[in-house]
Amino acid sequence: MVNYIPRRFTVVRDRELCIDCGCCVRQCSNECHYFSDDGKTALVKSDNCVACHRCVDLCPTGALRIEKYICDYRDNANWTPQYQQEICRQAETGGVLLSGMGTPKPYPIYWDKILLNASQVTNPSIDPLREPMEIRTILGRKPEKITVEKKGKSTVEMPPQVIIETPIMFSAMSFGSISLNAQKSLAMAAKSLGTLFNTGEGGLHPDLADYTDCAIVQVASGRFGVHKDYLNNSRFVEIKIGQGAKPGIGGHLPGEKVNVEVSNARMIPEGSDAISPAPHHDIYSIEDLRQLIWSIKQATDNKKPVSVKIAAVHNVAAIASGCARAGADIIAIDGFRGGTGAAPTRIRDNVGIPIELALAAADQRLRDEGIRSRISLVAAGSFRCSADIVKAIALGADACYCASAPLIAMGCHMCQTCNTGKCNWGIATQRPELTKRLNPDIMHERVENLINAWNHEIKEIMGGMGINSIDSLRGNRLMLRGLGLSEKELEILGIKHAGE
Amino acid sequence: MSITAGLRRYSEVNDEIKETLLSKNKAVVNDVNGQRYIGCALDTGKTVEIHGTAGNDLACYLNGGRIILYGHGQDAVGNTMGGGQIIIHGHSGDALGYGMRDGEIYIRDNVCCRGGIHMKEFRSMKPVLVIGQNAGSFLGEYMAGGTIILLGLNMKRGEKLFGTHCASGMHGGKIYVRGAFPKENLSPNIKISSLTDEDKKELKKYVKNYCKYFGQDYEAVMSKPFKKLTPVTSRPYANLYTPN
Repeated sequence: MVNYIPRRFTVVRDRELCIDCGCCVRQCSNECHYFSDDGKTALVKSDNCVACHRCVDLCPTGALRIEKYICDYRDNANWTPQYQQEICRQAETGGVLLSGMGTPKPYPIYWDKILLNASQVTNPSIDPLREPMEIRTILGRKPEKITVEKKGKSTVEMPPQVIIETPIMFSAMSFGSISLNAQKSLAMAAKSLGTLFNTGEGGLHPDLADYTDCAIVQVASGRFGVHKDYLNNSRFVEIKIGQGAKPGIGGHLPGEKVNVEVSNARMIPEGSDAISPAPHHDIYSIEDLRQLIWSIKQATDNKKPVSVKIAAVHNVAAIASGCARAGADIIAIDGFRGGTGAAPTRIRDNVGIPIELALAAADQRLRDEGIRSRISLVAAGSFRCSADIVKAIALGADACYCASAPLIAMGCHMCQTCNTGKCNWGIATQRPELTKRLNPDIMHERVENLINAWNHEIKEIMGGMGINSIDSLRGNRLMLRGLGLSEKELEILGIKHAGE
Repeated sequence: MSITAGLRRYSEVNDEIKETLLSKNKAVVNDVNGQRYIGCALDTGKTVEIHGTAGNDLACYLNGGRIILYGHGQDAVGNTMGGGQIIIHGHSGDALGYGMRDGEIYIRDNVCCRGGIHMKEFRSMKPVLVIGQNAGSFLGEYMAGGTIILLGLNMKRGEKLFGTHCASGMHGGKIYVRGAFPKENLSPNIKISSLTDEDKKELKKYVKNYCKYFGQDYEAVMSKPFKKLTPVTSRPYANLYTPN
C-alpha cells in the first residue's frame, strides 16, 4: 500500500567491503538487511531503517553507512515535510502520534547560553588532582534550626537523609519501558558509584533485590507493584505526579510489552495493558498530595524521605511550594526536554517549559518563602554533559536526574523509536533475542565510566571557580553569566549578563 | 484494653496501635473521629477493630491484616491494598479500594464516587469489593481485574444502583449487579451478560460473607436476579496510537 511518506534513511552497503557474513541480517530487528534467495549475498531494504546504527557499529568490515534519504519537497517554511508526513500517518491510521525520547525540536537550550566563572588572581583556583574536592550530596528535609546540648551534641531529631556520592542520579525508567538488563546495568552502576537508580512505575523485579539500598521506588497513578515491602525496600519513595516529556497525561504500557517478567514486577496479568491514569485518583489537591505523602511515611515508619516528581509547567514555582508545604522531602522537577519511552508527539513537543527556567523559578520562590531548606530540589530534563549539571546546581539544584546520557553510554543512538519495542541495542525492548544483547556486566562499567568522568569534570570546574565543596556551588548564581539572553530571561534565571 | 482516639493526632493514635500490635494480634480503637491512616500496611494475622468514624486512607497498603469498622469510612479506604479484609458497618467515601490488588472489602451501606477504581488482579490475587447499597459515579473506573458486587439493598425510592460513567475505561475484572440498574449510566465499552455457574459460585461465597457480617437474610438477598458487567475488550486503547 502506498502511504505517501518517503523513507527516512538509506542504508548504503559498500559491496567491495562486504563479506556477506550476515551480521547485519541477524542484528536488525527492523528487517533492513536480508539474504538473497540463494542465501549468499547480503542485501538491503532501507524502508524501516531508524538509523540506530546497530548494523553499522557491528559490521566487521565497516561496509555499512546510513544516509539521510533526501527527497525534496517544494520549499515551504510553513508546511514542512515533517508536518505533511505526520498528517499522512494520521490520515492512514486515525491514531494519536506517538514518539520516543525527548523533543527534537530546536527550542532554546539555556545551558548553552549560560557561561561559568573561574578564579583569576584574587581567589585561587583549586587543583582537584591534589586537593580534596567534595561532591557528596545529602538529600532530604533539613531541620529549621539546630539546637545543641551543653557538650555540643545536637538535640534536633534529624529527618531521614539520603547520602549520595555524586550529585548525579539515574532518573526513573520502569522495567517495561526499558529491559531488565538495562535496569540492572543502572542498578549495578548506582551501587558502585554510591548513587541511586529509580524503578519508575514498574515495580521492583526480584532480580534487583540486591540493589534496594540504591533504589528509588516510584508510586505513580497506576500503583503498579506498590506494596508495603516495595516501599520499605528503598532509599526513598517518589510520588510521580508528572513527567517532563508528557506533563498532564498518564501512560499506557501496551500488552505486547507485558511479558512474564514485566507482569511479575508490575503485578498484573501477562499481556494486559498497564494503564496509568493521568491523575492520581486520590490526589485532586495539594491537601490530597499531603495525604498520600504522609500515608507513605506511615507505611515506612517515617524512615524514608518522600519525593514528589512534577513536570516543569507554567506555575511550577507555586506548585513546588505547595509540594514542600505538603510534606515532600525532595521535589524533582522534570523539564520539557526530558526523555520518555513513549509520549504523544504533540504533548512532548508542545507542553511544559525548560528545566533551566523552572528550576531557577522554583528555587527562588522557595527561598523567598523561607522554605528552601525544607526540601531538596532535584532537576531533570536532559543533562547532556557535566557542565549542564554544574550550571543546574549553581541555579539551585541539589542533585540532577540523568537518563538519556546513561542510555547512550549503553548503546542508545537516539533513534527515537523506543515506543516500537524493537530496540536493537536491547534497551527499550522486551524481546528476549534483543535484550540478551545488553550484558549488564559490561554495561554497568560503561555507565560508571561516564559518571566518573563527569564527576571529575565537575570537580575540575568547581576547582577552577575556587570552590572545593558542592555545597558552596549550590544556588551560587554569581558563578553564572548569561550570553545573548533578554532582560526577562536573565531575571527569571536570576543571573547577570556576561560582562556585568 | 482498648485505645481511645478522641481528638488526638493520627500519628499518636497509630503509633499506639502499632505498639499494641507488637505484643497482641488485635487492637480495639474507640471514639475515632476522622483520624487518618488507621491500619496502614497492617500485616497478616493482625486485626484492628474501630469504633467511630475512620479518617481518610483507612487500611492503605493493607498487607493481609483485618479491619473491622463500626461506623463510617471516609475517602480512599483500602488505598493500594495488597491483601486482607476490611468490613465496614456503615458507608464509605470516594476512591474506595483504589488500585486494590488482593483481599476483600465489605461495605454495609453505600459508597461514593470512584469505588473500586483501578482494581487489578495478579495470578492468585483477586480483590473483591462487596457493596450493600448503591454506588456513586465512576464505579469501577479503569478497573483492570477483580470483582465488584453491588447489592442494592435498602435503596430509597428514586435512587439508582450506580451513578454516571460506571466502568469507564474498564479493561478487566467483573461487576455483579443485583436487580434493576441504570443502563444509561454504563459506559459504552461494557457488555451485560448472565452469570455462568462459576460466576454464581463466586457470587454466593461473597454474598454469604456479607450476610454473615451484617446480619442479612441470604435467601432474601439472592432472591433477586444478578447480571454481570464486563469490558468488551481488555485492550481499550490498542488502536489509539500511530508510531511517528
